[in-house]
Amino acid sequence: MISVRDLHKSFGKNEVLKGISLEVNPQEVVCVIGPSGSGKSTLLRCLNLLEEVTGGEVYIEGENLTDPNVNINEVRSRVGMVFQHFNLFPHMTVLDNITLGPKKIKGISKEEAEKAAGPLLEKVGLSDKANVYPESLSGGQKQRVAIARSLAMNPKIMLFDEPTSALDPELVGDVLEVMKNLAKEGMTMVVVTHEMGFAREMGDRVIFMDEGVIMEENEPSKLFGDPDNPRTKEFLSKVL
Amino acid sequence: MDAFMESHYMRVMPFLLEGVVYTLLITGVGLLFGFILGAIFGLGRLSKSKIIYGISSIYVEVLRGTPILAQILFIYFGLPDVLGFNIDKVTASIIAIALNAGAYIAEIVRGAVYSIDKGQSEAGRSIGLTKNQTMRYIIWPQAFKRMIPPLGNQFVISLKDTSLFSVIAVGELLYMGQQYYGLTFAAFEALTMVCLMYLAITVPTSLYLRKVERRLDV
Repeated sequence: MISVRDLHKSFGKNEVLKGISLEVNPQEVVCVIGPSGSGKSTLLRCLNLLEEVTGGEVYIEGENLTDPNVNINEVRSRVGMVFQHFNLFPHMTVLDNITLGPKKIKGISKEEAEKAAGPLLEKVGLSDKANVYPESLSGGQKQRVAIARSLAMNPKIMLFDEPTSALDPELVGDVLEVMKNLAKEGMTMVVVTHEMGFAREMGDRVIFMDEGVIMEENEPSKLFGDPDNPRTKEFLSKVL
Repeated sequence: MDAFMESHYMRVMPFLLEGVVYTLLITGVGLLFGFILGAIFGLGRLSKSKIIYGISSIYVEVLRGTPILAQILFIYFGLPDVLGFNIDKVTASIIAIALNAGAYIAEIVRGAVYSIDKGQSEAGRSIGLTKNQTMRYIIWPQAFKRMIPPLGNQFVISLKDTSLFSVIAVGELLYMGQQYYGLTFAAFEALTMVCLMYLAITVPTSLYLRKVERRLDV
């Protein structure tokens, strides 16, 4: 589903990703953990080319994103992304946030797009918020709208970039609940997270990154219980 | 009362009312085109293309770096020499306001668009919108709100700048006042009324803008 081969990414002289290779299978939930500055967010952002790739290849459903002939907009519509800071469109209602993509990209009529938005809002538990503006929502509600906005494009893959890091602790649960349901429905997900509980419970695989490389990649029980790499052990001892 | 009605303060008014029509016409139409130029070159200043960025920067720097008085003389007297035909006074004035305000508006547009959080365009692009769609549906509407206060400010500046076009005798407000005291020598009265006429436009504009700002919460 996702295949990353020897991915390199530099910002100027600063090499952030130093050769990452990674496979994500359909319906798999892969969690990426690691200290700040380890490159995990950058890796995620390379998966839909929000960051230009310096070297290596990224394949999404067999399409090489680094090939200049690939229609990146079309690929992105199949890859949803949820950001740490939600990035809802503040000048649009919740409903308009969700229906913008379907209307403008898929050319679906307003009525149809709004009809399709209903079940999505229900899924994230915000049916009563369709016509409010984002500023009146709590952080957790905003993030759930952002998830619904991504889902409106019927993505095959969802990328989550620290989706709960900007939330008050008591609001994290609702967002994780939505993500768990998505995982159970079989969505292919790559989740960069500091929520070790979520990674342990929902991850089919957990990747520990540090200094721009994958230090360890294992099943959660193994990685959290008995890590192979001493750096993993050191990191986990600090965060758990 | 009769004495006042007969005074220069009142007798200058028909002249000034004729002048204010031109002042508003030149400012209004000039700023309309100025905004189009400003939007084009302001976005050009944000372009990744070196050529577009370069052209936009040259436009902005040249027009901001030369006095508007020189610009109007250049357009009205200078250009016809090269073009081989005359430009009428009102058209020349509108062109001058459009070009001059366009350069300042370009900076307003650039600043407003640049001030929108990068996450907004990333969110747009991540759902599959093209660059242009992201600008049109997401960035521009938010940026435009932020442009309103400085655009109002530019309106006031451009309105006052039209007084410089009295040098080409375009018949705007100040020129009409000058005409009056040229005939009557009542310079104090005429110029007092000229200034009051400008204030009658600029002060309500400022007050209205402040109200709009509050409503938009920018």
